[in-house]
Amino acid sequence: MSASEKYVAAAYGVFLVFVLCWVVIIAAKLSRLERETGELVRVARARVAAGEPTDG
Amino acid sequence: MSMQKPSLTVLASLAAGLAAVAVAMIFFVAPEDADQGLSQKIFYVHVPIALTAYACFGLAAWKAFRLLTTRGERYDLESYTGVHQGTIFGALTLVTGSIWAKASWGVWWTWSSNQLVLFLVLFLFYCAYFMLRYSIEPGPRRERISAVYALFGVALVPVSFLAIRLASDFIHPTVFTRDGPQMTGEMFTAFCVSWAAITLLAYVMYRVELAGKRTDANLRELREVLAP
Repeated sequence: MSASEKYVAAAYGVFLVFVLCWVVIIAAKLSRLERETGELVRVARARVAAGEPTDG
Repeated sequence: MSMQKPSLTVLASLAAGLAAVAVAMIFFVAPEDADQGLSQKIFYVHVPIALTAYACFGLAAWKAFRLLTTRGERYDLESYTGVHQGTIFGALTLVTGSIWAKASWGVWWTWSSNQLVLFLVLFLFYCAYFMLRYSIEPGPRRERISAVYALFGVALVPVSFLAIRLASDFIHPTVFTRDGPQMTGEMFTAFCVSWAAITLLAYVMYRVELAGKRTDANLRELREVLAP
């Protein structure tokens, strides 16, 4: 592999790594949001079951 | 009648398709540059990334302007996401530019190029946006100050873009001149497809990030409502 080829591969590789990192970050965020939504649903259901109002 | 935004799935698929076409055109259709050889191929990723960064800062400024004129709360998050995207693409511009500089000039960075230094100033200016934003308590005051900052920052974009033409920078190449693009038709087509792919990808990322931030804010509010 020539020096030019290495630099071209590095430039395109940086962009690819960025996109992959972004996907990982978004996946982690989505998992967190899913978990938090689940917790809130459980709290709301418990309130409804106990006959409490759900508006605080 | 309100215009419906195209679905994210369609946009993401289109971006992926355009990216595949762009890579094929860059490596199999566009000829090698007579002067720089293979390293010129970095141009097709570096310049579209830089132009996308400018577009993100422009979008952030437009949303900031809308916030200041209409007091619409939603524009704060939209402007913030625009600055965030622009800063990420700005960092990518500096990294890919550095790699290209090493391949073409033999150095990773040179302080004698106005284009490079002005882009670094622009990038650091927007990095400071986050420090400013997170040093103020959330609320209308933070929204207004952040909006004013984002609006001022966009003034640096044309300065950075035109610097090379105004200052006769002989190090950084000028591809787009008054006589049109200084490249062959195949090269220009490959560049346009690459630019469209990266811009669309950035827009998809912007929409996904915005949806995530809005969901986060809604969940925070819901947690407060449900708090015992």
